[in-house]
Amino acid sequence: MQLIFEKSRDGRRAIALDELDVPKADFPSELQRETPAALPEVSEFDVVRHFTELSNRNFGLDSHFYPLGSCTMKYNPKIAEVTAAMPGFSSLHPHLITSESTWNQCQGALEVIHTLEEVLGEISGMQEVSLQPIAGAHGELAGTLLIAAYHRDKGNHKTKIVVPDSAHGTNPASASIAGYEVVEVPSDKDGTIHLDEFRKVMDDDVAGIMLTCPNTHGLFESDIMEIAEVAHKHDALLYYDGANLNAIMGECRPGDLGFDVMHFNLHKTFATPHGMGGPGSGPVGVGERLVPFLPGPRVMKNGESFHLETPEKSIGRMAPFFGNFGMAVRALTYIQHLGNKGLKEVSEKAVLNANYIHARLKGAYKSAFNGRFMHECIFDASPQAQKGANAFDIAKSLLDYGFHAPTVYFPLTVPESIMIEPTETESKETIDAFCDAMLEIAEQIEKDAASLKNNPVSTPVGRLDEVKAAKELNCSM
Amino acid sequence: MSWVPTTSQDEEEMLKTIGVTRMEDLFDSIPDAIRLKSWDIPEGISEMAVKANMQALSGKNQLHSLSFLGGGYYDHYIPAAVDALSLRSEFYTAYTPYQPECAQGTLQSIYEYQSAICRLTNMEFANASLYEGGTAVFEAAAMALRINRKRNKIVCHPSMNPTYRKMLDAHTANLDIEIVDGDDPTDAACVIVQNPAFDGSLEDFTELGKQCHEAGTLLVVSFYPISLGLVKTPGEMGADIAIAEGQCLGIPLAFGGPYLGILATLKKHVRKMPGRIAGATNDAKGRRGFVLTLQAREQHIRRTKAMSNICSNQALCALRALIYLSLLGKEGLLEVAEHCHSKAEYLKSKLTFGTIVNTKPTFNEFVVRLPRPAAEVVAALSAEGIQAGLPLNDWKTGDTGDLMIAVTEKHTRDDLDRFAALLESVSCS
Repeated sequence: MQLIFEKSRDGRRAIALDELDVPKADFPSELQRETPAALPEVSEFDVVRHFTELSNRNFGLDSHFYPLGSCTMKYNPKIAEVTAAMPGFSSLHPHLITSESTWNQCQGALEVIHTLEEVLGEISGMQEVSLQPIAGAHGELAGTLLIAAYHRDKGNHKTKIVVPDSAHGTNPASASIAGYEVVEVPSDKDGTIHLDEFRKVMDDDVAGIMLTCPNTHGLFESDIMEIAEVAHKHDALLYYDGANLNAIMGECRPGDLGFDVMHFNLHKTFATPHGMGGPGSGPVGVGERLVPFLPGPRVMKNGESFHLETPEKSIGRMAPFFGNFGMAVRALTYIQHLGNKGLKEVSEKAVLNANYIHARLKGAYKSAFNGRFMHECIFDASPQAQKGANAFDIAKSLLDYGFHAPTVYFPLTVPESIMIEPTETESKETIDAFCDAMLEIAEQIEKDAASLKNNPVSTPVGRLDEVKAAKELNCSM
Repeated sequence: MSWVPTTSQDEEEMLKTIGVTRMEDLFDSIPDAIRLKSWDIPEGISEMAVKANMQALSGKNQLHSLSFLGGGYYDHYIPAAVDALSLRSEFYTAYTPYQPECAQGTLQSIYEYQSAICRLTNMEFANASLYEGGTAVFEAAAMALRINRKRNKIVCHPSMNPTYRKMLDAHTANLDIEIVDGDDPTDAACVIVQNPAFDGSLEDFTELGKQCHEAGTLLVVSFYPISLGLVKTPGEMGADIAIAEGQCLGIPLAFGGPYLGILATLKKHVRKMPGRIAGATNDAKGRRGFVLTLQAREQHIRRTKAMSNICSNQALCALRALIYLSLLGKEGLLEVAEHCHSKAEYLKSKLTFGTIVNTKPTFNEFVVRLPRPAAEVVAALSAEGIQAGLPLNDWKTGDTGDLMIAVTEKHTRDDLDRFAALLESVSCS
């Protein structure tokens, strides 16, 4: 397929403005660019055809099942798109918060922010929430900076953050970018944190511990209370990576488990479509100890009106305004519709579906762990790899069945990891069809593993040469 | 109230296949002591009721029929095709292109976006986007520190958006680096400038770029994408890293986000660049295709050694920017820039009752000093349905009378005449 630039024809136009109705002003020539930007010269219909054709070269969640472990690809209700697009929200200028004289012009938006912060606090057991962080990893960075501010305030000199080996790559990267040395703790063979090894690395230099719970093996960290106790004994704070919140809503709350700080992924749990990889939204929630350090300004309620205040010890501005406000509108819409029972049902059915898939596939694929999986299950395709078709080949083969592949080769603790997260919004029929496909692929590997090597065959392109891409580094034209 | 399709019969069959009797059993790995007993979340309400609720909240915000508020975020016209195309579910509901064979739409659009950004800025490599303009400043500073490994100083030029400056402080609070204000490149990893400046003033940073390079320092230029229809580009000024807030490229204001962080650089620095990058390649049959490349820089491979902790990009916003730039094209972007500039100059000429504070040329935004406190003027004009601009003394960067006014192609001559007349009557009364 051609690039939009390859469709360009000299002099062709799409959008044009009315004739300039004021005198044309001179522009100082020394400040002017030399030649116009070589943007495509195409008609509006060219643009429409081009991007429609491009869209047809994509799987999307509305058209395809996406059992991507750790990514929570659930149905995103259309009503959330309608509310986010309401002109009172979508056309509102963010600088209305900058001047106190215009706070009265954005009371509805401030109410959305305040209400969502409160309800996220209740869902998670956190005392206060700030919507400023713009994505999950940005929430992690905010959380790590909050931990740093807490220790600085207390006069603690701490240099290390502890993360388990099963952690998302963002955890060590966020801690490292915030200036900490990262210490890794191995998992036990049952897939949860190795408690003895954890105790060994814990000393007074540890500023915090970043955990996902259930962890990226899909398992609940049953020793969490003990982990929290050890952490707090060393005045280290416990960080909760909210990536897997979809497993526990209404069942337990990070705040009650001893976590001091966490981020939410509004785009995973609360209705924002993934948009090909973003935008996301990563509000940060904190327990009592970290409230004084929250990013400022904060939206405060006084009677019926809302105003802004910056906490005295605030870590400052993490975002120019209140993060991705459009995602906040979607999340509030989602939560209001579901309510307490609906939110609990989300987690129940997400866990039911994952366990059902595990039960259907465990005869053909090796279960990576013996414990009870929660919202996702993990298989180790090492036996299949020995026969000649690895997790990568299995993933590519699923595309030909019209299913997006599960997450493969993550977490790094499982050699041929296939990580499946069905979410609560898939029907039993879809899940059964996926399981049937996985079983058929397993059978095919028994018969002729090599036959998987050319898959996928039904997609617009086959397997692509990644070595060539990295070597030639052709990243624009 | 739910979007769950599971029937009670499904549930029964599934539990049986799993080999448990009750749903509760699936949660038996959570210790009893920490199981939630109750929470204070309201009951769910119907879609119809939620819509009414949100409509009421949205109605509590005051929209103005005419707005001159800018400060880095601008109300440009968004052509209808931007929504029509970017809302297609194959884009909207897709995930990160980890399986390139079924994500060519995403990957080609990222490649085209990168191309459009390089052409716009005269830079050599663009990434697939960052969160927004302020975090892009932090990412650029962090990138400069990686390139200039032996230095730990970042210089911020006074042209910078004061909020971005504060964000840089917050993001680097726990790092052993020094952030200073000014324009002296000596011993710095980089000097960060913004053009047009926060107050709208234009400057040619070519000379500063030369001084930077003589001192072994990088020049980071934060730009306003629409202005590049007319204005000298970061590439032409010798920038090593160009960054921007891309909201003006077809993305709604939406009270602060989602927006688009743009970052582009030179070939020699590409391996130190943060974020995703799409590259061209082919399959075994020789068909052209696109993949995410240089992934060894990223957090999911390199963990603590990654160039950034970023795990997403604003792909959907980048797509909107690409569609917008395609619709405008070479001529259209120049036209929009010329309209913004000419209309702003026209308005300036009508504001003789105040003083223009900018001493340098401006693009589409400028500061006027009024004889009455700007905050009062803004409040008074709001009653007339006009959002007059940004009072600068709230930033402690200006006199109480300083009002920053942004003009776009959406303003007609009548709008400008009416605004100028009302502004005069309100501020001189």
